[in-house]
Amino acid sequence: MSLRDQSTLRIVLYEGDGAQPLEATDRFAAMSALLEKGFAVTHVAGEGRVAAADRTSLLVLGRFDGGRPPQAEDADGQVNLHFRDIDGFDANRVAEIVETVRAETNAAKHGDWKPWFPVIDYDRCTNCMQCLSFCLFGVYGVDEQQRIQVQNNDNCKTNCPACSRVCPEAAIMFPKYKAGPINGDVVSDADLQREKMKVDISALLGGDVYSLLRERSEKAKSRFSKERDEKKALTERQKCLIKLAQAGDIPPEVLMSLPSPEEIARRAEEAKAKAQTALARQAI
Amino acid sequence: MTKTPRILYCNCTYAQVVPKEVKEAVLKNLCESGVAFDAAADLCEMSARRDPSLKRLAEGGAVKIAACYPRAVKWLFHAAKADLRTDATEVLNMRVQNADEVCAALFSAELNPNLPAGKVNAADAPAPALA
Repeated sequence: MSLRDQSTLRIVLYEGDGAQPLEATDRFAAMSALLEKGFAVTHVAGEGRVAAADRTSLLVLGRFDGGRPPQAEDADGQVNLHFRDIDGFDANRVAEIVETVRAETNAAKHGDWKPWFPVIDYDRCTNCMQCLSFCLFGVYGVDEQQRIQVQNNDNCKTNCPACSRVCPEAAIMFPKYKAGPINGDVVSDADLQREKMKVDISALLGGDVYSLLRERSEKAKSRFSKERDEKKALTERQKCLIKLAQAGDIPPEVLMSLPSPEEIARRAEEAKAKAQTALARQAI
Repeated sequence: MTKTPRILYCNCTYAQVVPKEVKEAVLKNLCESGVAFDAAADLCEMSARRDPSLKRLAEGGAVKIAACYPRAVKWLFHAAKADLRTDATEVLNMRVQNADEVCAALFSAELNPNLPAGKVNAADAPAPALA
């Protein structure tokens, strides 16, 4: 099931009417434990506003008066409501209760996937389709208006910012990247120059780093098949991958897990064709 | 009557890019204050899921968000089809601001909208804080 098809469980830490407030330390401990497990938590108290309920399941935790959670349901029947009393429970116990309800409601399990994917800054994007033609993993696609969009974010290779390196406008962000402007920091003129240079480097490499990898791989294969030295071949491949990793800031494990050269060639052609079709439709 | 801005805190659970001491101190202050607030384990994950909560968070009027770079936050919400209002959203950046600065802004009655509009370049960067 794709990420977007899974429902989520929203937690409410309730301290309003009909419930006793938690000690600040207990509140912090409970919030921290739940956030670390990937749950979204809303703290409801007398002061301040929070986001309205939505159609997801809602688990309301609180120290309810008399130790009895209220019996309530959504009048519209759109929100699946659950209540649990947490009086006297430590943060770990609270997290266990939440996990039990999550499993019962078949809500999404968090933490199985690191949310690493490109985020497009449409103020900068010129819809040039370089990212679409570069990515081998089908992350990008176009909408009905032939506008570039991220379609399969869970296909993205964790910690690999390669597509942002080929964007001439520095319009592709990875918010969890270590440095700007890829992390969302403002884009300087120097950044733009650097990004342009990287596109040039990519072109010099023969279109993209994957093409270089393919070529190097082929050369190494033919050279070392004569020498029949598998160990040397592996060393050469690793050296090549390290160079590529440095040039494009691509994690070595991503390059090491690339498909076969033939498969790379097939996917590259497919991605380029998709980009060309989108560009042609734009021109109409 | 003016509505108090809502508060949204992002714990950036699945990466170590926000200093731990900053996000912990901000969350601790929020918990000690007793105010109501929404907390996301990870806005990136919610955006990837197109979590419907993001739409609710974006639609509820003025909001202060303690997370990361405003440009990233703006487009993460957009990717989830939950555009934030540029005139009613203030993003506090826990990657570069310290916990005191973030908390002061979160608890201030004043809202300083700072979502980027149009191309953002170096001239748009906030001036460094005075020592």
